[in-house]
Amino acid sequence: MSAHYRIAIVGAGPGGLSAAAHAAELGIPHVLLESSAAPANTIQRYQKGKHVMAEPAVLPLRSPLPFAAGPREQVLDGWSRGITARGVNIRYGAEVTGIGGAAPAFTLRLRDGGTVTAESVVLAIGLQGNPLLLGVPGEDLPAVQYTLDDPDEYQDEVIVVVGAGDAAIENALALARRNQVFIVNRGDEFARAKEGNLAGIQKALEDGRLTCHYRSTCARVERADGAQPFVLVLNTDQGEARVGCHRIIARLGATPPRKFVEGCGIAFPGPDPAALPVLSTRYESSVPGLYVIGALGGYPLIKQAMNQGYEVVEYILGRAIEPADHPLLAARFAPLPFGLGVDDTLALMQARIPLFRRVNSLMFRELVLGSAVHVPAPGDVLFRKNDYTSSFYTILAGTVEIELEPGGRRFRLGEGEFFGEMGLLSGRRRTATALAGPGCVVIETPRRELLKLIKSDESVRRGIDEYFVVRALQSSFAPDAAFEDLRGVAAGATLHRFRPDEYLFHEGDEADRLHLIRSGSVAISRQVGGREVVTSYVAAGNYVGEMGLLGRTRRSASARATVVTETVSLDAASFDALLDRNPALRGQVQAIVRQRLDANTRMTANAQAGDLISFFMQQGLGEATDVLLIDETLCIGCDNCEKACAETHEGTSRLDREAGPSFAHVHVPTSCRHCENPRCMTDCPPDAIRRAPNGEVFIQDSCIGCGNCERNCPYGVIQMAAVPPPKPGLFSWLLFGAGPGPGEAPAAKPAAAKDAPKKAVKCDMCKDLDGGPACVRACPTGAAIRVSPDRFVDVARGRA
Amino acid sequence: MHQSILGYRGRRYLWAATALAALAAVAYAWHAPPEPPNGGTWLGYTLGTIGAVLILWLIAFGVRKRSYRSALGTVQGWLSAHVYLGLSLLVIVTLHAGFQFGWNVHTLAYALMIVVIGSGAVGTVLYLRYPARMNALRSGANRGQWLAEVSDLDQKSLRVARALPPEFAEVVASTRDRAVLGGSAMALLTGADRSRVLLPGSGLAPNPDQQATLSWLGDQLSRSTDGEQGARIQDLLTLQGARRATLARLRDDLRLQAWLEVWLYVHVPVTFALLAALVAHVLSVFLYW
Ligand SMILES: Cc1cc2nc3c(=O)[nH]c(=O)nc-3n(C[C@H](O)[C@H](O)[C@H](O)COP(=O)(O)OP(=O)(O)OC[C@H]3O[C@@H](n4cnc5c(N)ncnc54)[C@H](O)[C@@H]3O)c2cc1C
Ligand code: HEM
Ligand code: SF4
Ligand code: SF4
Repeated sequence: MSAHYRIAIVGAGPGGLSAAAHAAELGIPHVLLESSAAPANTIQRYQKGKHVMAEPAVLPLRSPLPFAAGPREQVLDGWSRGITARGVNIRYGAEVTGIGGAAPAFTLRLRDGGTVTAESVVLAIGLQGNPLLLGVPGEDLPAVQYTLDDPDEYQDEVIVVVGAGDAAIENALALARRNQVFIVNRGDEFARAKEGNLAGIQKALEDGRLTCHYRSTCARVERADGAQPFVLVLNTDQGEARVGCHRIIARLGATPPRKFVEGCGIAFPGPDPAALPVLSTRYESSVPGLYVIGALGGYPLIKQAMNQGYEVVEYILGRAIEPADHPLLAARFAPLPFGLGVDDTLALMQARIPLFRRVNSLMFRELVLGSAVHVPAPGDVLFRKNDYTSSFYTILAGTVEIELEPGGRRFRLGEGEFFGEMGLLSGRRRTATALAGPGCVVIETPRRELLKLIKSDESVRRGIDEYFVVRALQSSFAPDAAFEDLRGVAAGATLHRFRPDEYLFHEGDEADRLHLIRSGSVAISRQVGGREVVTSYVAAGNYVGEMGLLGRTRRSASARATVVTETVSLDAASFDALLDRNPALRGQVQAIVRQRLDANTRMTANAQAGDLISFFMQQGLGEATDVLLIDETLCIGCDNCEKACAETHEGTSRLDREAGPSFAHVHVPTSCRHCENPRCMTDCPPDAIRRAPNGEVFIQDSCIGCGNCERNCPYGVIQMAAVPPPKPGLFSWLLFGAGPGPGEAPAAKPAAAKDAPKKAVKCDMCKDLDGGPACVRACPTGAAIRVSPDRFVDVARGRA
Repeated sequence: MHQSILGYRGRRYLWAATALAALAAVAYAWHAPPEPPNGGTWLGYTLGTIGAVLILWLIAFGVRKRSYRSALGTVQGWLSAHVYLGLSLLVIVTLHAGFQFGWNVHTLAYALMIVVIGSGAVGTVLYLRYPARMNALRSGANRGQWLAEVSDLDQKSLRVARALPPEFAEVVASTRDRAVLGGSAMALLTGADRSRVLLPGSGLAPNPDQQATLSWLGDQLSRSTDGEQGARIQDLLTLQGARRATLARLRDDLRLQAWLEVWLYVHVPVTFALLAALVAHVLSVFLYW
């Protein structure tokens, strides 16, 4: 016998709680099914005392439950009281494993075998997924746990950590400070780990601070009566091994919720793992009566999830309320000359812009919410050549002019066309200036919003790729050719994607095509005396492989991707077509060839410089746009660079001078390199990480302190830090000895500061300071410099 | 790409300082005062003013160095100018004094200035030489790694020693516990090793460069008759030898670092004394004029 409800809500996160509370306050028969033992498992798992932020600040809250920025405990407490007060029917330990049937009779299957039926279902399970279980006998013993809140909670225990990913390593390292720790790894190395974690675990293993069982899998967990109450039995190459322990922490990753969601019959637009389910503007999925809200639907913040919880109940009841963000859009559209309401404006946009025509309307709404709408005066500059901005523009009305060279010829783009995709895709500087034409209305979409859309919608990706190829050909080889004329040539072009260290071509191969690098970068090397010598480095926006094509011979050097690299390649026939079209081009390409040959001969004779470039590439500098390098033969170790950074940035130095590798005399300190395609940006819920026109990657105040960027940056340069109290000025310190002086550590933090909200901090290249980076300007000896990759070869040659 | 303080921007401040000193010298040679040259002539006043302003500006370097937000040049540029223009004082102030020295506050100020300039010159040489030596010493590693290496070797030694008669573990532990790194300024600057060790029979002994421990181990090895035990002692010797080498490198690194800092303990306090003497010098000139 199973209970029947009007609405069943799956997942008691902020979205599900808010939906259930609204249903309860309306007196609608409902059930809220939560797999864990308490409400809001995702928030429960935040670090103790974490300051929860209520972004976006402009969005009003619409929910029967309270929510304001504050400590995690206070937020959770408010929700607990709220659901009790409203009589929400919540069931804990009720993991839903499948949903069958159709409206108005869905059947929800629970892990414990029970079922629940409902007329409508709201899926609010978030994105955290359910942790993968050990899946061996004894896994239900109290020794086994899947999370670790506070590593300092345990002392002098024997603890086994199972897994080889970042979470497992971080837990193991933290626990090893006070406990004896074993780590169980199925493979024979830690291949999936980030650089910093990899170095950390290797060091710890070498030092004997913890022990690893390689090529081992768990067989079972048993109780024991020895010094340790449990035993984990492992299958190893040498047969069974028994590890006595107090607890086992399994960090095997989580099942991404997508599988479950697909199992319910909900359609996704594409195979990309980051794709979002297809939803209507009323959050209804491709299965009528089955709704998706919150992080799972692509809204990564608490307030958004709560608002949707409220709205989805209204929609299920057939009421037409406007979403809470409606006024925001209305305000954004106010300056538009169309005189239409919000929904009609959105419809007009989709109708006018072919690229967005097929995009699902909820997704499009979200895209516009994250975008800005401009009505510039004719002649206004939208972006400048050589800026580092990466937003994407679509033309809603009027025209835009694109100028490749200052004062050079201009191209006109009209209604429905788009531009700015080069900066977006390559992460490099803008290759042209864009100016508004008469009657111009444009939508400016931040890089992240567009990437999200591209991942969910194949049609957008294809549309952009097609344009990209033609425009890349145009700007590199045929600035005078008309766009339409180049389409034929573009047909001979192919898109490639290379993994780091994968070769585009080898020395001696037949030269059959040329590669235009669209993102990433390439190292050129030659065999000299049986050894590979790097002779140069080619950044995105340039091409490689032209030498062979001109003479149609064999490759004179190898080209290898330094980071994930995308290229557009052109076969010999198409390249000839381009040469025929533009006779001057042959001369230009020949000039470049001569330059490169020159550089090659110089560098081949200078193997040490080549080694230094190789070292830079190994350090991931191939994706850097600006990097701090210290000459160790000049550095006196005064740490003035770090002091300057801390003094100009709320007391926390964003660079760690001593940390980081060195080669020859050059040291690469741990400090942000302002990557072309910054990985820190990929998963920032409030989209607080931005790129300034000069290329600086910086974090805005809207940071919610979730720590995603800290985990995502492969170079370990982001820290979570609280803001310390202000210091006295230079003269009151000098004359009156007040407080900590310039360059000294801040005063011991008062107890209250421990709970001060922590936010992500990183180098912003002092973009707000006149004169540029404080570290470099404060270095008395000139040891610290910042360079962009196009000068690596100079650095290498100067030092060798 | 990288440029030292001397080579900064094509040595522009070297040329500036040379020009200033040359100008002063030419003026001095050309100027034929009625009385022997001294600070009281018009040229004396001019050179004195230039000198005093330069000294105040040289002192202002300490302020600029701590004004981290300042967009007024770079600290490296300032230091390059500081070095060259500071040296030019030697010419300007000596000519200002007209080679007239005596036992008075004026000459005191001059002497203090010479000490400051001399120490500055020493510091500059250290800045230019020592980092490269430290770089060669480190060959890619850093102090933290060395310290970790030492404690790692200590642990390994202890493990080996535990399989030997108890006095071995005692000596290894005592070597570890009584090892001294750094300590007084003198110890830092000379790189002297003040470590000690408690040896069975001979009590607490100095252990410079960890030699006492190594000798004791060598002694035990020579007396050992049991092959297996001998092999263990040999292992222990190898480990302790590696430990000694790392400690020596650490001490060397600390020594170089200490020299990079110690000269400032002359340069800065004497600067303050110079400032006081300069004020006295100027006041006395105006008061007793
Ligand atoms: C470390 C961190 C810090 C953050 N800080 C902030 C912040 O300060 N401010 C902010 O606005 N946002 C923050 N976020 C984002 C915020 O947590 C999410 O946007 C929000 O939790 C999404 O809510 P949701 O209801 O969609 O899903 P979730 O909160 O993830 O809730 C899903 C719930 O469903 C349950 N569940 C999952 N599968 C099943 C199943 N099969 N059956 C039954 N129940 C199931 C889960 O146990 C969970 O309780 C942060 C995120 C992280 C990771
Ligand atoms: C009368 C002349 C001089 C005065 C008053 C003077 C004063 C100062 C002061 C106040 C500082 C700042 C110290 C600090 O804040 O840490 C300093 C630093 C320094 N001075 Fe001088 N100086 C003089 C001449 C010179 C000369 C002639 C040289 C070199 C030949 C020199 C080399 C240096 C160097 C290398 C530093 C250290 C920079 C650093 O590490 O920050 N100085 N000096
Ligand atoms: S924080 Fe890390 S990922 Fe982001 S730009 Fe800097 S180095 Fe790259
Ligand atoms: S400021 Fe310059 S000399 Fe001082 S520690 Fe930093 S890089 Fe080295």
